[in-house]
Amino acid sequence: MSKGVLVNLTKCIGCGGCTVACKMYNNNKWIDKRAPASGENAQLADENWTIIKKFKLYKNGNTQVWRFVKNQCLHCQSPSCVSACFAKALQKKDNGAVVYFPDNCVGCRYCMLACPFKIPKFEWNKAMPVITKCVMCYGRMKENKAPACVSVCPESVMKFGDRDELLEEAKVIIKNNSMYVKHIYGEEEAGGTSWIYISDVPFEKIGFNTNVVKKPLPIYTSLYMKCTPIFGAIWVIVLTAFYFITKRRNVIKNESCELSYKKSVDECADNKLSQEANTVKSDDVFVNAGQKKRRK
Amino acid sequence: MQKVKEFDDYSFRFNVTFIRVILLMFALAAICIVVVRFIYGLHAVTNLNDSWPWGLWIGFDVMCGVALAGGGYGTALLVHVLRIKSLRPVARGAMLTSLIGYLLVMIGLFLDIGRWWNFWRPFVSWGHDSILFEVFWCISAYTIIQVLEFGEILTERIFRKLHRFFVTIFPVLIIVGVAIPMMHQASLGGLYLLMDGRLHPLWWSPMIFVFFLLSSFFVGPAMIMLESAISSRALGHQTPLNTLRLLARIGGVAMLIYLVLRIADLFLHNNIGLVFGEEYECIAFRVEIVIGLIVPIIIIFSPLSGHRFWLIIYGICASFGVFLNRLNVVVIGMSREMGSFYYPSIYEILVSVGLVAAGILVYLFICENFKIIEE
Repeated sequence: MSKGVLVNLTKCIGCGGCTVACKMYNNNKWIDKRAPASGENAQLADENWTIIKKFKLYKNGNTQVWRFVKNQCLHCQSPSCVSACFAKALQKKDNGAVVYFPDNCVGCRYCMLACPFKIPKFEWNKAMPVITKCVMCYGRMKENKAPACVSVCPESVMKFGDRDELLEEAKVIIKNNSMYVKHIYGEEEAGGTSWIYISDVPFEKIGFNTNVVKKPLPIYTSLYMKCTPIFGAIWVIVLTAFYFITKRRNVIKNESCELSYKKSVDECADNKLSQEANTVKSDDVFVNAGQKKRRK
Repeated sequence: MQKVKEFDDYSFRFNVTFIRVILLMFALAAICIVVVRFIYGLHAVTNLNDSWPWGLWIGFDVMCGVALAGGGYGTALLVHVLRIKSLRPVARGAMLTSLIGYLLVMIGLFLDIGRWWNFWRPFVSWGHDSILFEVFWCISAYTIIQVLEFGEILTERIFRKLHRFFVTIFPVLIIVGVAIPMMHQASLGGLYLLMDGRLHPLWWSPMIFVFFLLSSFFVGPAMIMLESAISSRALGHQTPLNTLRLLARIGGVAMLIYLVLRIADLFLHNNIGLVFGEEYECIAFRVEIVIGLIVPIIIIFSPLSGHRFWLIIYGICASFGVFLNRLNVVVIGMSREMGSFYYPSIYEILVSVGLVAAGILVYLFICENFKIIEE
């Protein structure tokens, strides 16, 4: 069963408890000077697997409101990062989590480039770095517990459960309450994500990338990789065919040269002569070059 | 006399000139920087960060390196498979450049990957859905094949007993050694299939891998123009003009096909209007197309192609065009999406320059000691 989390952004008060729980469960350091985990300048980083970012915006004209947006890996249904990883260091588990296995990781950072949400980060300052990202507290999920951040939230902003059921629930909420934007972020983005969001302010105003491609990106790569061995085989066959065709053609040429003696005797002689001339010439060049160098 | 000849056979020579000393210094500087990179991490020497995970080392050393070394498989195809005799004089030189190019790419990749001690993992842990998986396997396999191909040349002078063996396996090496690079040249473009909606539409296309393959094919002849110009200066050897001209013509045809396909692709996705836009991406695109494609096409299909000078211009333009194309894909086409711009640090540039310098030195050494250009 694929699990998921429904985030109701209208409920968040921005306490940042989830970011603390995340750091404690995953043994991450506080790096507030470089990248705070909560506040207006909050940003994801190697030590920040989840953040609470504060947005000040105007709603219904002149009323200024604050909104707090929790950001972490969305655990796509068909993740680009997994399809990008060539060493199986990132794997999509049956329960929905996209998990990182550093032992397999080469550090090529293609996953960072492939992720449409820019989630994976890298330890640039270390001699032996790893890729870092939220793994949905995979250890807890195996025991059927909610991720650390979800379990500590005092306002029940996040709900952990079956992804499809949560999606239905979200649909009911935004249908029955006119306050909500008529969009569930994560329903279709990048082919659907395990973490889904509902909000009362437009998503593009609170830092969500709403231009994300709707189709699951790995369809490109899986199609490409399925065709590759076939194309490789075709190339080899075609090239081998050409190799023997041209070889045969040369043989025929030489035979006809010998057979139609009268006609081609001059041609053969010419060929031989020109070949000899060539070899002599090249030898000359070689000798000359050598001599020049020695003179220098 | 006999003794002198024997001595000559087993000793290697290397002329030391002023330029070569400078090249050597660049290579040594690169080694120093590399040491720092391995001790203190990538941040110490590169401008890479979380928004720019790939920079000059991937964009230039790997993407351009592989493309520019593409001349090897192209000439192997033309000379050994299609047996176009008049192109024979450039075959060994082009294939040697390709081998050195790939070795440099391997070194460049090794410097760039963060967890280099794990580099062998994809050999055992198969992420076979990733296009990078194909790139990795093919580049590794092709480098080994090229080393074996070079074995044929090497055993002409040393380890002569093995020469027969290498001559026997040569056809197999050639055929596999043309098929494999064709696959991964395409896959290098395929890496960017995942950037749908993020790479600028002037470069992103579901056909991007076809473009990468074609451009890697026609940049081969262009690079050979440059190599022959350099080796005629440095080693005092002139490649016949007709050979170069024919080769450049073949490249020219590929360029024409490539140009038509790219324009057609823009029409197909309704992006043709972007070509005439004001943004910096549009300008970069125009420079790439005009200098990298239109100018060389004009040169090669006009009487200008009968002059060595213009063939060199052709080579410079076409190689620059492909270089710009790869940089456009890796850096300029992604910059708007990344929200910031990336400039390589001086150390990144120095390492790249140092790698190229080392490559040139190795090329010259091998040319002076083995039968490469005078075949």
